[in-house]
Amino acid sequence: MTRYLVGKLAESLLAIWGVVTIVFFVSRVLGDPAVLLLPIGAGQQDLDALRASLGLDRPILEQYLISVLAMVRGDFGISFQHQRPAMDVVLERMPVTATLAGTALLFGTLIGAVAGAIAALKRGTISEFIVMVAALLGQATPVFWLGIMLILLFSVDLGWFPTGGSGTIAHLVLPGLTLSVFVSASIARLLRSSLLDIMREDYVRTARAKGLLPRTVFFWHIARNALIPVITMIGIIAGELLGGSVVIETVFAWPGVGRIIMQAIQAQDFPVIQAGVALVAAIFIVVNLLVDLLYGVLDPRIRRR
Amino acid sequence: MKAFFLALLKSRSGLFGFLLVSVFVLAAILAPYLGLPVPTRSNLLARMVAPTWTGLFSPGAHPLGTDELGRDILSRIVHGSRITLAIAAAAVILGGIVGTLLGIVAGYYRGMVDRILMRIVDIQLALPLMLLALLVVAALGPSTRNLVIVLALTSWLRYARIIRGQVLALREREFILSAHAIGAGTWRIMLKHLLPNVMTPALVIATLELARIIIMDAALSFLGLGVQPPNPSWGRMLADGRVYISTAWWIVTFPGIAILLTVLSVNLLGDWLRDHFDPKLRTTR
Repeated sequence: MTRYLVGKLAESLLAIWGVVTIVFFVSRVLGDPAVLLLPIGAGQQDLDALRASLGLDRPILEQYLISVLAMVRGDFGISFQHQRPAMDVVLERMPVTATLAGTALLFGTLIGAVAGAIAALKRGTISEFIVMVAALLGQATPVFWLGIMLILLFSVDLGWFPTGGSGTIAHLVLPGLTLSVFVSASIARLLRSSLLDIMREDYVRTARAKGLLPRTVFFWHIARNALIPVITMIGIIAGELLGGSVVIETVFAWPGVGRIIMQAIQAQDFPVIQAGVALVAAIFIVVNLLVDLLYGVLDPRIRRR
Repeated sequence: MKAFFLALLKSRSGLFGFLLVSVFVLAAILAPYLGLPVPTRSNLLARMVAPTWTGLFSPGAHPLGTDELGRDILSRIVHGSRITLAIAAAAVILGGIVGTLLGIVAGYYRGMVDRILMRIVDIQLALPLMLLALLVVAALGPSTRNLVIVLALTSWLRYARIIRGQVLALREREFILSAHAIGAGTWRIMLKHLLPNVMTPALVIATLELARIIIMDAALSFLGLGVQPPNPSWGRMLADGRVYISTAWWIVTFPGIAILLTVLSVNLLGDWLRDHFDPKLRTTR
């Protein structure tokens, strides 16, 4: 188990390094931020001076080595736009994004799990049909359009919730609902097919045959095994949501991580882009590591490997 | 082929998806001949006209209304589908070819090549796809060609992973061993013996990827990084119409329904293809 974990950890660090490297070189293609930062009418001398002070006049490989070494120490440089440490600029937005991601995950998983279980247990009934049609529609709906439609209905027509911004529970309802629909649709479909697969297994028949209560068979023999692919899916979704859903944050003017990275890309604020992407990748990797650990808890076979 | 359609007829949802996809593809191909108004021609006298169903076939009818410049929304949706579907199809083909070939190479050679390729997949998986797409479009600049490249880039690894797994199993089979025995070259084995055997899973992945790519294309256009105006694109129509949400609901509503129906039908077809050809793929998605 320890060897497995150390291996996973090494893989994770390698992945973060790879992501940072890609982002460094991609963001250098974006353009010269010094030109953007200078006031109109500044001369070549000012440009050279600014580039020298930002370290942009050095060879690209030297710049790369300097920033990687700094990143290891947790230093992502000073944001060109905000004149503050880039990591601080991104981290400040984290609570807002985490609130939205947490809400969507909580409600999405609950609704999805109940709906998926109903669909599998009530095979061939109208309940299954309704759940499956709803899940199919939920998966096919572009989230940003669903967000706009909810704004149209609940903000413009009914005036119940604000159209955008953050700060109160009322602000959280519409974006939370939008993302929950997407989350629950994926989970309901996956859980249903996973449950149906497990119910066909021999050991489930054996458990039934030896007279166990249907409830015991369901929770102890079926659900525990059927949850494994679902947990993988929840891990992937959690990682994506915690990285800030750029489109949803744009639709609802939600001031989260996704928006700050999007703004940094538009303003070519390299330090913030790098800090943001490194943070998002790190979160994604940590969440997936936790998922791997959970497998061990759920499935002793994996623990022994 | 006949057996394929017979099986399709038996599945209600599969048939529904297949028919709907056919209708959309036909409408996209025949768009210029359907007698629709020119999608880019604005008419300031007919700005934000609400949808009307009376006199549907008269020349000035706007069954789905007009936008803020008086352009016919139905025509923009149908013409937008040409660009959207062409981009999505090109991205699926590009990502599918690259991903399938790399998957075959990784699974066949194993060892170092395999390890490096799978590490690259892991690194890319650590980045949310949308963020990757944003970065690359911002770096390359928004254009139709770059959009195809970006969408293919978000797609290749799904083929690579699954196909690699299949090839790992296939390469131990007798027909590959016998191909070795008669002295077939590496490329011959990969292209003539392995490729045909992974075409079915590749096709199933491609259909499911098509749906994902259509949504992602719309999202990128919505953020202003997709097809550039005045060409109609679904995501862009949504972004532009959002400003007029309190006065003209139809501008933001119909392009979204177009995306929903297209994605839904492709998903239904893809689910059916998967269950029909390769039920084992279900949990790998």
